[in-house]
Amino acid sequence: MSDLYEVAVTINGKKYQRSVDPRLLLSDFLRHEINLTGTHVGCEHGVCGACTVLFDRQPVRSCLMFAVQANGHEIITVEGLGTQEKLHPLQEAFMEAHGLQCGFCTPGILMTLVPFLESNPEPDESEIRHAISGNLCRCTGYQNIVEAVKLASEKLRT
Amino acid sequence: MPKIIGERIKRNEDPRLLTGEALFVDDVSIPGMLHAAFLRSDYAHAYLRSIDTSAARERPGVVAVITAQDMGDEWQPGPPLVSPPPTVKGVVFHSRPQVPLVKDKVRHAGEAIALVVAESRYIAEDAVEDILVDLDPIDAVVDIEKALHPDAPLVHEDLESNLAAHLIQQRGDYAAARARADVVIKRKIVIDRGAAGAMENRGIVADWDAKSQHLTVWDTTQAPIPIRNGIATRLGLSESQVRVIAPFIGGGFGPKMMMHYPEEILIPWIAVKLGRPVKWIEDRHENFFATTQERTQVHEAEIALTKDGRVLGVSHNFLHDSGAYDPYGLTIPLNTQSHVMGAYDVPNYYSDLKVVFTNKTLTTPIRGAGRPQGIFVIERLLDIAAKELGIDPVEIRMRNFIHPDAFPYQREIIDQAFAPLILDSGNYKPVLEKAATMIGYDRFVKEEGPRLRAEGRHVGIGLVSFIETTGVGPYEGARITVEASGKIRVATGVGTQGQGHFTSFAQIVAEQLGVGVEDVHVSTGDTSEFHWGTGTFASRGAVVAGNAIHASALAVRYKILKLASKVLEAPEEELELEDGQVRVADIPNMSISLGELALLANPLRGAVEPGTEPGLEATAYFGPQYGAAAFGVHAMILEVDPETMMVEIKRYVVVEDCGTILNPMILEGQIHGGVAMGIGNAFYERLVFDENGQLLNASLADYLIPTASEVPRIEVGHEETRSPLNPLGTKGAGEAGTIPVPALFAQALENALPDLNLEILEMPLSPNRLFELVQEKERDK
Repeated sequence: MSDLYEVAVTINGKKYQRSVDPRLLLSDFLRHEINLTGTHVGCEHGVCGACTVLFDRQPVRSCLMFAVQANGHEIITVEGLGTQEKLHPLQEAFMEAHGLQCGFCTPGILMTLVPFLESNPEPDESEIRHAISGNLCRCTGYQNIVEAVKLASEKLRT
Repeated sequence: MPKIIGERIKRNEDPRLLTGEALFVDDVSIPGMLHAAFLRSDYAHAYLRSIDTSAARERPGVVAVITAQDMGDEWQPGPPLVSPPPTVKGVVFHSRPQVPLVKDKVRHAGEAIALVVAESRYIAEDAVEDILVDLDPIDAVVDIEKALHPDAPLVHEDLESNLAAHLIQQRGDYAAARARADVVIKRKIVIDRGAAGAMENRGIVADWDAKSQHLTVWDTTQAPIPIRNGIATRLGLSESQVRVIAPFIGGGFGPKMMMHYPEEILIPWIAVKLGRPVKWIEDRHENFFATTQERTQVHEAEIALTKDGRVLGVSHNFLHDSGAYDPYGLTIPLNTQSHVMGAYDVPNYYSDLKVVFTNKTLTTPIRGAGRPQGIFVIERLLDIAAKELGIDPVEIRMRNFIHPDAFPYQREIIDQAFAPLILDSGNYKPVLEKAATMIGYDRFVKEEGPRLRAEGRHVGIGLVSFIETTGVGPYEGARITVEASGKIRVATGVGTQGQGHFTSFAQIVAEQLGVGVEDVHVSTGDTSEFHWGTGTFASRGAVVAGNAIHASALAVRYKILKLASKVLEAPEEELELEDGQVRVADIPNMSISLGELALLANPLRGAVEPGTEPGLEATAYFGPQYGAAAFGVHAMILEVDPETMMVEIKRYVVVEDCGTILNPMILEGQIHGGVAMGIGNAFYERLVFDENGQLLNASLADYLIPTASEVPRIEVGHEETRSPLNPLGTKGAGEAGTIPVPALFAQALENALPDLNLEILEMPLSPNRLFELVQEKERDK
């Protein structure tokens, strides 16, 4: 058995300290150690994008990182956006535009879009499609996701 | 009564899903929970000579290692899911259901050989690597056309050949029709395999409580009730001792309907044996081998027509790939037969089906389920006939549509329900006309197409029609309860995988009981809430469960009115249900809330009339006489880049007639997603097996699911021909988006490359394959 390593990480504004196996994936750490199960795992090889979280405000695939790499960094997961009672404007837009069906890929798509809309507050359709082209969704055909992003862009600007 | 059915109502389930608070199977965590991993075969076809699990057992943290030998008498194949065979004369069916763990011979790559249970998934996977297994590989059966060759290796050596089933269906006299035809067109059509590719892989958590003698299982299944019944039977428990929960499921698309996957028996079994909770979550690599696949068929198909393009008959001999086992019976190829006559009045039909075993992953229905193959065959044959006869492709379809007066229309063959196939209702021409108008068919053919081609662009248009047999029985049920809070609880047995059941079902109830959709709480897929039913498959949720919920809502409404009439001292016909209240019409201050009525219906003291049932609650069931047939037309304009053979879809139009629409927002979402999957089936997604039965592209980096860059904007139109078979008038639509896309792609590609006289007779294509087809044609020129 390998030695355990200390990890100190801020997740959704809250500080956590854990001793972890060095090979523990960041996705497994978030889901099973911290119990933030909103981050989903679809492929474990960095293609589907379902496990996307913000790492120092940049979107990363948490299945391609080890938990120990997060030591001293800040992570935001889908649980760090809105609550059921008060959704984030992006979440609201997804609900209004029917931008989700089974909802499995949705957290990863939301976490991809948060920094995208910050850097590009008024994207056109092709920019939106490009932004989510690294996130697979099998249910929606993407059209209502695109609509949701347009709606969110309006909401976030007003 | 305010109209709620048919409205675009936002989904009740979304806040939970959007905040990451919805429970998926892998989110279940129980103290003391163990984790499972499987040793799977690297070979597709091999004898299992020996297994040495000693090193794995000794690894710290490993709790159990199980092989077929270790299971003793509890090792049993099956059970089969769909009992063979249908009552057709001369049918042959060899039932060879899947096995829990390989005992003596591996029959497909990825078949499970051993189960490891450990304190963590990481340790379990390490221990899988510790197992020494001696596999002796033999030649594999891969190509279905070679499977029946006398020299082919045998997948099941107790059979004389790899023939799994043989079935002939016919209507009229095709040979006679052929003899008097002006034109007969014959082609070979080849369709290959794809994956369902749900974003959530499969998973199971089983928790046995020895003190209460109760087993709880969370399973990514589309059919929790049959899974519960099967687990109870296998483990020798009573059904009431087993609770199966299908919580939020990250996409189903068919393969989560397979019953029972070996893991669905093994994980509960080992959890009971060990007396500890056990979790198994499939990884994506396993998903490519261990989750069922679909589509492979080879057709020798023929169509006979008059010179004015009237179809006299269709005939086809076809092979269907069952994979290594056949627990799902003949559902897929029966669906193919049900769709080879398309939306057309075909008086003569002959179909010879041979199902073969191969050394590949099992096939079971995936969104479309045999229908895309059938529609591809008929639409391709019609396109080729239209070209040969000089008739416009739209016109030849119009000439052959089943006439609206001909419904209910007898197909005179049997379908997947093993019953005569009857198309209940339809009015096809207006749907086609609407699609042609939306895409601007005439303008494109006359002006836009020629103009763009003159500019040197390779632009093409396509328009195809399809039927979808939906909403098959046997039945579903629902229980509806008005609670003292005034909120409504609905429980039904079907599972849900993103179809919006928490909302569309709530709409059905809200309309009858005069409450807000957000006040109707729907529970699906939990056997402790409702334990009669079959599952979510065959586009039947809205039809079968939807109408059960409707019937149950009517029964509750009746109880509400009866009690309110007594309390308010007003005749029932003067009462209105609105805003959670029962009111006397025109006297707004004479009212009572549903919550207060619910309390009155469940008194703590006092006498009740004999025969009274407590509460405002009712359970009702619905079983359709036969399935409801939906219809639709898809049209598209695409452009081919002659350098790269990449295709850009410029316009995509869908007009769908699935009867009464419950929620157009949800319906359109289903169509968008279906089309996206169809685009994958047509141009991107192919599971590539080598001659040894090895899957060469078992990752999402190599198996290409369409992204937002490949899927175009989809314009959706609706027609509503109500089904006469159910009170809501609904027909299913879950699979409709997928079914006609390959046929449409083929037609539009041929249209875009007119000089080549291309004939596309295979699916899926890819830019590479299209390049090869074009090269072949250019060489021939």
